Amino acid sequence: MSDTRKNPAPPKSAKAPVGIVGRFLRRYTIQIGIVFVGVFIWLLFLMGAPQTFLRRDIYISFMSTTPFFALMALPLTLIIIIGEMDLSFPSTMAFGMMAFDVVFVASGNFYLGFLACILAGALAGYFNGILVVKIGIPSLVATIGTQFLLRGIVMVVTNGAGLGLTDVQNTLLYPLFVGRIGDVVPAQFVWTIGIGVVLWIILNRTKFGAHVYLTGDNIESARLMGVNVNRTKILCFIIVGIAAAFAGFVVSEEVMFFWPTLGEGYMLNTLASVFLGGTSAYGGTGTVFGTFIASYIIGAINAGIVAVGMTGFWTSVIYGLIIVVSVSLQSLLNKKMK
Amino acid sequence: MDPFLSMKNVSKTFGEVSALHDVNFEIGKNEIVGLLGDNGAGKSTLVKVITGYYQPDEGSEFSIKGQRIDHLTVPKARELGIEIVYQERALADKQSVWRNIFLGREMTNKWGLLDIKNMRSETSRLMHSSMGFTSSAITPDSIVKTFSGGERQGVAITRALYFKADLIILDEPTMGLSLSETRKCLDFVNRIKAEGKSCIFIDHNIFHVYPVCDRIVVVDRGTIAGQYMKNELSLQQLIDKLQQVAHTGSLSDSEAAAGATGGHE
Repeated sequence: MSDTRKNPAPPKSAKAPVGIVGRFLRRYTIQIGIVFVGVFIWLLFLMGAPQTFLRRDIYISFMSTTPFFALMALPLTLIIIIGEMDLSFPSTMAFGMMAFDVVFVASGNFYLGFLACILAGALAGYFNGILVVKIGIPSLVATIGTQFLLRGIVMVVTNGAGLGLTDVQNTLLYPLFVGRIGDVVPAQFVWTIGIGVVLWIILNRTKFGAHVYLTGDNIESARLMGVNVNRTKILCFIIVGIAAAFAGFVVSEEVMFFWPTLGEGYMLNTLASVFLGGTSAYGGTGTVFGTFIASYIIGAINAGIVAVGMTGFWTSVIYGLIIVVSVSLQSLLNKKMK
Repeated sequence: MDPFLSMKNVSKTFGEVSALHDVNFEIGKNEIVGLLGDNGAGKSTLVKVITGYYQPDEGSEFSIKGQRIDHLTVPKARELGIEIVYQERALADKQSVWRNIFLGREMTNKWGLLDIKNMRSETSRLMHSSMGFTSSAITPDSIVKTFSGGERQGVAITRALYFKADLIILDEPTMGLSLSETRKCLDFVNRIKAEGKSCIFIDHNIFHVYPVCDRIVVVDRGTIAGQYMKNELSLQQLIDKLQQVAHTGSLSDSEAAAGATGGHE
């Protein structure tokens, strides 16, 4: 484009110049904030229960249990950034495993079962996406509906009966997803990092990711600029569906049993991870890194509450508080920016 | 010489409501057309048809650069060189300048991943050369939300010019701008003309539209109520005409003037 402006405008509103450090702080405010929160809470637990938090075991336990919900919180970040909500993921965990159950019982093949599980998750996500995008139901309502619908299907198909998975130990899937690397590091932890990295690349380095941010920020503008908003949203729901089914598989492998109630109890900690991680409930902003760190904070709180001598009932109070406080902070920040 | 864009008998109905009714509209090459009309007159619907956002009803004829177009989509309209700058709604507020400039047309590298480095440096160049940003506090990573109305409009118009559009549609670009910012915005329109491109300039404010336009088209209740070459009538005469439209919904002498489509050679 040619530059023919002869008279450049005078300097704009006097915004104080900032150096590289200032720019870095501004660009990564959310990430830096969440790391500080994490360190603060860790120090708190370290002082409150040094006998627990100075031992290696607790950290290995974090690495093993936190992925169960972090695997869903990471992709759920995309849904929240795009300005939607998915409350059906706990049921999708069971729905995927139901598909595994059916296919495995029929074929006797673990791998086919795993494939069915992932496909069922994708299907559940696609169904959510269609309800929201094509039929136009607000995602909050649509996914409350599918949450019950999917759970109901699981109960009807399995007749409420579980499935023992002890034989899974003899397959490659067991060491691959829930084995211990070097007898120490749980495989699911590595998967969580890997999936986190992949999602980071998707969100920050692909057109699809750019469109997720833009759609969540200003859907009208995205549409006017030719972004296929509907397809982008449906894809986000599919990603969460796949992740939930995968998480369901990993959890079931770890305990070597599929309970048809699988997923219950995962709603609160997953959502808390996303919101504590700094993803805006208003859409348009959020980071995978923030969610990753936040999910470990949530995991630590779970263990920490018991370790410092409080009853487990407190966890729900604290998770609820975390959601309310982090969303309130975002709301206040939002108002301030306006 | 073919006009840049020509539409015949274009109608658009939403359920029972007829937003456009048998509209015939042309825009010549390197012509600046001012589109005037009240709220709800059909200006926005008309431009949304032109940009492929709305599909017109059956029986509408549409051609761009002499080529008949049957199903225009937003990406196709952009491909054909039609760009639109929407007031306010154009930008994604919480995103950086570079993300806004390349919205929907992100640069990618050979791996298909975003070429952020290139987009940043391109944005930086544009900010200094055409948006007039000189403060070092504003970088390609600055969040658009913190900008003033004029700065935002600068980002939006620069985006349109950057992608080599042949027809740039400005939807109420001066709304909410200060006097100096408005002048800057009108400068952009003059620049569109100087670069040999066409422009549809939509505004309520006749005083903004008149000085920069070649032709004025008045839209009322979904139809073209009249069109005038600027050199045919003075600003005062135009104001009188508009008042007449506001009162009666039509112009007594619109038939004669309606013949003056496309002031291009």
